[in-house]
Amino acid sequence: MAGPVREYLLLVGMWTRASFQYPASLAILTLSQFVLAVLDLAAIAIVFTHTRSLAGFSLPEVMFLYGTSATAFALADLLVGNVERVGRHVRLGTFDVMLVRPASALAQVAAEDFSPRRLGKLCSAVPVLVIAVVLLPVDWTATRVLLLPVMVGAGAAIFAAVWVLCSAFQLAVGEQIELLNTFIYGGGFLVQYPLSLYGRDALRLLTWVFPLAFVNWQPALYVLGRPDPLGLPTAFRFASPVVATLLVALAAFAWRAGVRHYRSTGS
Amino acid sequence: MSLIEMSGVDRVFHVRRRTGLLRRQRHSVPAVNNLSFTVDAGEMVGYLGPNGAGKSTTVKMLTGILVPSAGRVRVDGLDPARQRRELAGRVGVVFGQRTTLWWDLPLRDSFDLLRRLYRIDPATFRVNLDRFTELLDLGPLLATPVRQLSLGQRMRGDLTAALLHDPRILYLDEPTIGLDVTSKAAVRSFLTQMNRDRGTTILLTTHDLDDIERVCRRVMVIDHGRLAFDGDLPALRARAAAERTLVVDLLTPTAPIEVPGTRVVRVDGPRQWLAFPADASAVPLVAAVMERFPVADIALREPDIEDVVAQLYAGSASALS
Repeated sequence: MAGPVREYLLLVGMWTRASFQYPASLAILTLSQFVLAVLDLAAIAIVFTHTRSLAGFSLPEVMFLYGTSATAFALADLLVGNVERVGRHVRLGTFDVMLVRPASALAQVAAEDFSPRRLGKLCSAVPVLVIAVVLLPVDWTATRVLLLPVMVGAGAAIFAAVWVLCSAFQLAVGEQIELLNTFIYGGGFLVQYPLSLYGRDALRLLTWVFPLAFVNWQPALYVLGRPDPLGLPTAFRFASPVVATLLVALAAFAWRAGVRHYRSTGS
Repeated sequence: MSLIEMSGVDRVFHVRRRTGLLRRQRHSVPAVNNLSFTVDAGEMVGYLGPNGAGKSTTVKMLTGILVPSAGRVRVDGLDPARQRRELAGRVGVVFGQRTTLWWDLPLRDSFDLLRRLYRIDPATFRVNLDRFTELLDLGPLLATPVRQLSLGQRMRGDLTAALLHDPRILYLDEPTIGLDVTSKAAVRSFLTQMNRDRGTTILLTTHDLDDIERVCRRVMVIDHGRLAFDGDLPALRARAAAERTLVVDLLTPTAPIEVPGTRVVRVDGPRQWLAFPADASAVPLVAAVMERFPVADIALREPDIEDVVAQLYAGSASALS
């Protein structure tokens, strides 16, 4: 496992240095990422100017949901977000080039064109999480404190796995499929709000089929001391790392299958 | 054991063709069909074929990019599809149509990154880079980002990148495509030198028959996914039943001359073209001509390799239909 991580870090280092060749462009792009993320937050602020609670959740509670999911999403985006461009690499033939290097193709696609501008999203997500933690009237027991980094880490892993899964599919099909991004960006947006907002059927779907409820919803229910609307056992509040591990394994398998079914282009 | 071994290799592509609004039909297109050959260490092999013959598909199976549909592929004892990354450290690949370098990085940084990706020890790297810089005249280009290089300069950079880790095998896919005469000559002489000095096995696919004539001792011709020919250049000429030609300049215009074993294919004033089988010796024919006719000059013309190959393609196409 050390191999791909080392290769990833080597390439990330190189791309970071390359992006500093144009400092002005880097600054503008980072700022724009930050502003886009702040707009998401503004939407929440606007909702709370009209109501004191959203599906029974107070502003600090919604900020907590937003902060955890946005941090997880920004982390996943920073680390592997570029894999969504694998379809383009296939079309341009650059994926062939990656396959003839003695390095993990996944590490290379993920690191390709890495830029610190992606830190912009993190810069808006983390402060929201910090403010939420300060404002929440929650008794910060050891379990709750420990659960916080675990849920952010597992959430990032879940998003990353979904990203890789969608990319593996593009690889097998051999085309860039923009529709797949809806799953990722739509999913990332969905879990910024309390999931009970969407009704019980959506909640079931997001638990059992497309398990984004484990990004932040389930562990957040424990942290916030709220009952599960679906009445699932308490063990589910701590199941995020398990779900993340399963999804990561599935994504790794799918990626490998995608590479084996890769057809390359004409020339 | 041979360095490269392909036996009974097939590669089929499945293509979905739209036949109605929602209906699609699956077609199987064989790109490579029961292909078998071996290449020994130190050989320089030209891999020739028209567009869509299966040249690139073969190279992609040899590097592990594509998984064969059937058959056995071994390169340096490894199964490319399963041991792709391990194999990648032992082979170099140059794609004529795209670069393996990083577009935004100066050449020097690209090379340094490759050193770390391939885990080349610093001493070897130093020696190799110095040598290639000298041979390919890269010195003034090392600080230039790849996107600012001309095609010929980029190709020199790509050649260096493919060889820094001392690969046993170098694959080149159309390495001289789009290059000017000088750059082509530089690439060819560099390849010959690498083969001679380091024993690097070279397999190059090309359209350019000059590449083959200048660089390769052995030629494989692929057509419709099958090996249509495998041998050296003289054998290729003989195989296509090509004829050699004696160009005879007589002192005066004469009616077509009669020499046993030849036939006159063209007469132009005092000059006559006498065709004879490629495998016959020219010596008795020249002697016969000079004995019987007053001759100003005689030239011997080898069959044009382009004609030979065109004939070979045509032959394999008619054999199929």
